[in-house]
Parts: sequence; structure tokens; C-alpha cells
Amino acid sequence: MYRNQYDNDVSVWSPQGRIHQIEYAMEAVKQGAATLGIKGKKYAVVVALKRASSDLSSHQKKIIPIDEHAGISIAGLTSDARILSRFMRTECLNHRYVYGSPLSISRLVSSVGDKAQTGTQIMGRRPYGVGLLVAGCDESGPHVYYICPSSNFYECKCMAIGARSQSARTYLERHKDNFKDVEDLGELVAHALRALRDCLPNDSELTTKNVSVGYVGTEVPFTMKDDDEVAEYLKMIEEEKVAVPATGEEETMETQ
Amino acid sequence: MAGLFSNSLHVPKNVDMKDRLAEFWREEASDPVKHTLRPIVTGTSVLGVKCVDGVVIAADTLGSYGSLARFRDIERLMKVNDSVLIGGFGDYADFQHIMKLLNQQTVDDAVIGDGVYRDAPSIHNWLRCVLYNRRTKFNPLWNTIVVAGKTYSGEPYLGYVDKIGVSFQDKSVATGFGSYIAQPMMRRALEENPNMTVAQARDLMARCLKVLFYRDCRALNRFQIGTVTSEGCVISEPMSTDTDWSIGANPSGYE
Repeated sequence: MYRNQYDNDVSVWSPQGRIHQIEYAMEAVKQGAATLGIKGKKYAVVVALKRASSDLSSHQKKIIPIDEHAGISIAGLTSDARILSRFMRTECLNHRYVYGSPLSISRLVSSVGDKAQTGTQIMGRRPYGVGLLVAGCDESGPHVYYICPSSNFYECKCMAIGARSQSARTYLERHKDNFKDVEDLGELVAHALRALRDCLPNDSELTTKNVSVGYVGTEVPFTMKDDDEVAEYLKMIEEEKVAVPATGEEETMETQ
Repeated sequence: MAGLFSNSLHVPKNVDMKDRLAEFWREEASDPVKHTLRPIVTGTSVLGVKCVDGVVIAADTLGSYGSLARFRDIERLMKVNDSVLIGGFGDYADFQHIMKLLNQQTVDDAVIGDGVYRDAPSIHNWLRCVLYNRRTKFNPLWNTIVVAGKTYSGEPYLGYVDKIGVSFQDKSVATGFGSYIAQPMMRRALEENPNMTVAQARDLMARCLKVLFYRDCRALNRFQIGTVTSEGCVISEPMSTDTDWSIGANPSGYE
């Protein structure tokens, strides 16, 4: 994708019928560290590879709880993710106050989509440069949604985004028809971590420092596991061999 | 707007209460900001009973204009969706406003078309927010609403919410006169038969409404009964009970 005269503003169409600014915003997601989500029979799970901008700093948090019944994992501009997660939290809270029940995930995601769409159409604004994987549970069971910087959103059986995520998507595609029957949380997390392992850069491995796990179930509130709490899940896939070696790609430091 | 005790009421401070009141009402009449003062066309009691297999609510079809039994064929029970019925006591115009808002909710949900609908606790909660908000602005919707229906998991639900935002759930609820006359009857019936069915509850409603017709001057012997079961919500056609006024032939003490 190279520069041309139709890519300066989000309010400009190219002659091919594209809006380049939106496509450039989607590139920001590919710069972020990998994260993926899988929907099972009773649980929705997200796992993320955390990146540290230097040896001195901590690993950037990627999973953000939204409400008891929903959480998100992000890839892209972290600051944009903060704004969207704050919005999602207030939407969920307002719904609980007025209706006394959790906001259904489809409504939550479409309200984020409506908010994000204004940045793709109004002159002088820009799209949110972050991809969100929403894991939630409502009356119709567990859900995984992907919200794109283009403001499109997709309900997914499973989805992987971020740097080197194509390898994870390959793994997920191979197993996607099995996930809907997986009742056990551990089994689902193991699948997710195996897929995540394929996104590692060369000479890296999944450790308690760089992996984050989040899950939510029909009877289980959204729970996030970091650091030592992740060890039990990593143990589950320890003995297995790495399936596909990751392809090397440029990493930039500002986006996590 | 000049309140009764505010400084902007154009009456000197050392004037007595009677004159103050007179001035207040004169000012009120010309006040451009209208707030609810009193209900105009009103409905009387709404009754509700929660059963093992559903919920039953009942209300007569009278809209009173003060002491005049003016509109004798109005519907005070409304079907919100396949899970929720509501009954309205109090000002009928305000109840019509609430019905319009609830209809709009149902339409909005249908338009989005994602299968999400509001169950009885959700409607009850929403009504509580609306009514409490209006009371806080000193412009109440002058109603007491009975919310009857099912939860998302199919459990029967019966709730009460009134014009000052008081809201609760119970096995039997009643508004207005009904809370004095019918509520004890319903409570005793539930005590003697805790596993009341919807069919038995309908008979109970008819009995209670009959007594209310005898005792409540603003009641009418023409009523509807609404039922919520696992099959859905149904509001009956208007019906009446037989009454016996023979003891009224020779009243004593009214010379």
C-alpha cells in the first residue's frame, strides 16, 4: 500500500471506491501484539501475547474487563482502546441500572460500532486505531466478536488479530468446527494457547510474563489471569511441539 | 415558579396562611410551566397474583372523572410483549403515555431484530427509573403500575411501581382501594393454597373485584383479567360478576 493523492482525509473516496485512511487504520491492528479469542459451548476465552517496550518496563496489559459478563482483548493503539473500553463500561453499567440485567453482547458491540463509525465519516476525525476482540456471555450463550477500526464488527467462532496472527488463524481454521462442542474451560484455553504459540517471534516462548488469559462463562463472571496464575494453563501445552514456525515481521514499539 | 413558601411569591411575609394560599393559587393558574397537579381521568384498583404456572392480573374498565363514572369501556391492562403485561392505576392520560413509551421499546427491539426482548423484571426496572426520575423533577406520572410476566428463564414475576418510585415484588399486589380490600383476600387465599394455579387465581380475581365493586365508589362491575403463562400473555374480553344489592334496600343510619 503506497501513498497516493486520495489518502489524506477519511472523508475522501479513491477512484477505486476505497477510503484509504480506514485501510491504514486497519494496519495499526497488525502492528499490535497477537491476541485471539475462541467461543466454546459454555465459555468464551481470549488470550493475548503481552509485549514489553523495553527490558525495564512491564508488559503492556491487553485484556480489559468490561462488565461481569464481558471483557475485551486489544491489538493496536492502546490509548484508543482505553476510550472504547470506558465507553463500553458505561453502556453496560447504564443498561444494568435501567433494566436490572446485563447488556446483551450483540447490542454492546453494535453500540461500539455506531460510535466508531463517526470517525470514519466526519471530516477532521480519524478512525479508532485498535481492533477489539470482545468475549462475552448473555442469554444466548457465549460470544466472541471482532470490532475492526473500520467500525465493522463480526461475530466469530474464533478469531486472531495482531502481529503474526496468520499462523494462529491457520490453527484455528483447522479446529474451528470442534470448538462449539468443547465444554471444559481448560481444553478451550489450551487450544487458544496452542494457537497463540504460533504467533511468537523467533527465539521466544510463552511465559507467565508475556501471556494473559481471560474467560467468561454462562455461570462464570469475566475473569482475567496474569503472571503466575497463567502457569497452570501453560503447563497443559508444555510437552507438545510447536506446530508451525512463526514468520518474522517488523515490530514497532508504540503500539501494543 | 413561586412555591408556597418561596420568597418570590408576591405576598408580604407577615400575611397569614389563608391569604398566602390564595395568592399561590392565583399565581399557579397563570404559571406557564405546567407540572402535574392532580389526576383527571382515573382508573381504580389493579390486582395481581403470582401462581405456580403463571401470573394473573385484573382491573375494571372504568375511567372516572372525579366522582363521575365517565368512560366505562377503557382498557387498563396492556400487553407489552409475549412475556409482560402491565396494569395501570391512577391518571389515565399518564398511563397512555407510559403505554406509548413501552410500545416504542417493543418496536425498537423488533426493528433491531436480534431476538433480544425485555422480560418482566427489565420492564419493571425501566418503569421504576422513569417514574422515580419524574417524581424527582416534581412532575410525576400519576400512576401505580403492576408489572406481571416471566423472567428470561420462564419464572413467574409480579412487581409494583408507583408514582414516587417505590418498587417491589410480591406474590400478590394491589393498588388503591384494592390494597385495603382485595390484598387481605388474596393473601389469605395464597396462604391456604400456596400452589395456586392460574385458573384458581382467575376465580380469586373475580371474587375480589366483586367485593371492590360493592365497597369502592369508583369501581365498575365490568373488568378484564390478564394471564401470563408459558404459552404467552392473554387479556380477556370484558366480563362481569353477579351482584346482590338486596341488603341495600333498607339501609340504617343514613337518616
